[in-house]
Amino acid sequence: MKNLVILGAGTSGTMMANHLVSKLDKKDWNITIVDQYKTHYYQPGFLFLPFDIYTEDQVKKVGEKFIPKGVNYIQKKIEQIFPTENKVELEDETLQYDILIVATGCKIAPQETEGMKGENWHKTVFDFYTYEGSLALRNKLRDWKGGKMVVHFTEMPIKCPVAPLEFVFLADSYFTKKGMRDKVDLTFVTPLGGAFTKPKATAALSHLMKEKNINVVTDFNIERVDNEKNQIVDYGDTTVDFDLLVTVPTNMGDEVIERSGMGDDLNFVPTHHNTLQSLDHENVFVIGDATNVPASKAGSVAHFESETLTDNILLYIAGKPLKEEFDGHANCFIETGNNKALLIDFNYKYEPLEGTFPIAGIGPLQLLKESIFNHWGKLAFRWIYWNMLLKGIPIPMVSRNMSLKGKKIN
Amino acid sequence: MDSNIAGIRVDVTEDGYLSDLSQWNKEIAIEIAKENNIELTDKHWEVLNWIQEQVKNEVALSIRSIKKSGIIDIKEFYDLFPGGPLKISTKIAGVPKPKSCI
Repeated sequence: MKNLVILGAGTSGTMMANHLVSKLDKKDWNITIVDQYKTHYYQPGFLFLPFDIYTEDQVKKVGEKFIPKGVNYIQKKIEQIFPTENKVELEDETLQYDILIVATGCKIAPQETEGMKGENWHKTVFDFYTYEGSLALRNKLRDWKGGKMVVHFTEMPIKCPVAPLEFVFLADSYFTKKGMRDKVDLTFVTPLGGAFTKPKATAALSHLMKEKNINVVTDFNIERVDNEKNQIVDYGDTTVDFDLLVTVPTNMGDEVIERSGMGDDLNFVPTHHNTLQSLDHENVFVIGDATNVPASKAGSVAHFESETLTDNILLYIAGKPLKEEFDGHANCFIETGNNKALLIDFNYKYEPLEGTFPIAGIGPLQLLKESIFNHWGKLAFRWIYWNMLLKGIPIPMVSRNMSLKGKKIN
Repeated sequence: MDSNIAGIRVDVTEDGYLSDLSQWNKEIAIEIAKENNIELTDKHWEVLNWIQEQVKNEVALSIRSIKKSGIIDIKEFYDLFPGGPLKISTKIAGVPKPKSCI
């Protein structure tokens, strides 16, 4: 018998287990998946939880429910990977593997910025990239009386790079509905050169910030959070005052990657951009947020990657060359508030363009344009996530590689 | 799209960044620096070369990577390229600016 081991039972790991269980011959292969946590979170829901749009129950389920029969599920901590010895050490046992899939994801690292995880953490300084942070923020907002709200992200790459923008748009809607928008000063702070950084999106969307009366501070590279003055301070000594800071800390790959000596500075695993094979070990494959590929860290990207990776695992087993197929495809709904959303579809090569999706010329979804229909799409996605995406069921008409059909290139 | 920098025809993005690093040369760098009120010194060149190396090796640029570069600290980086140091230095180095999804 041979062993295929998947590390991490989040979005990517769960999808790979579901894909491979029906593709690998049970007579020859054991499939094992390891994750230390019992709960599987619908992470896109963390954007909605603070605004009472979703409840706690809508964003979490027991992870084991999504692991298919025929896959050995181990709920234990992963201590270290020994890639040259083809083994993984768990808290109290060692697994040998023939093929390893690293799907250990990434998470926030507020400790990387001085003062961020200080005395005001989850009091006036919040994240919304964890269940705990998002829930604490909801409780804070329920009776917040207003003041300066600053929405900020520390540095790229982060999981779902548009989420901070979505957050500020939803905050504008939320305070308007509560009849207190005039009591809230909203500021978006980014280390990049603008709220939007790609030419087509900048042209199509820059008006949103002005319309919604959101201040924008660009090129802000945070050095520290000053917990006495309630300010964020950048390396150029610019400061931004806040009463309530909603920040996205530095995102890093899991510590197990660091312990195993397999990552870069941010614990992301060097990975071939198109095959998803690890650059250092040929029987190690990497998927989702754990990779260093220059695609967005997002569930849709993991979904498209999982289709290519499944094919490549089978090719690897057959001793054939891998397909250099993955193109960085991402497909994301972006909330813009007032029950509207945008849809973007892009890859390594093409920036988000205007057009219709998924059927060229028809839609029904509009690319890079606000619509109520796109917002329904975003809300429907939660059902798709739990019932189709995790199970590895292809999403109808949305192919793994990005299509230029229906898109306006110029 | 086409642009003419220091008398040389180059491909640039809509916000004036070179699309193809192989078209870059020192005259172009001096010209873009001038537009940003910067006169390039030896230290500037050292940083620009380092940035180009990172991009060729597909390493993402950020303030963190500058901090760990070993050739410059962050305060010096701000002094050399005042305003938005990453935005300006990448433009002069002829590489893409750091960006997000949209």
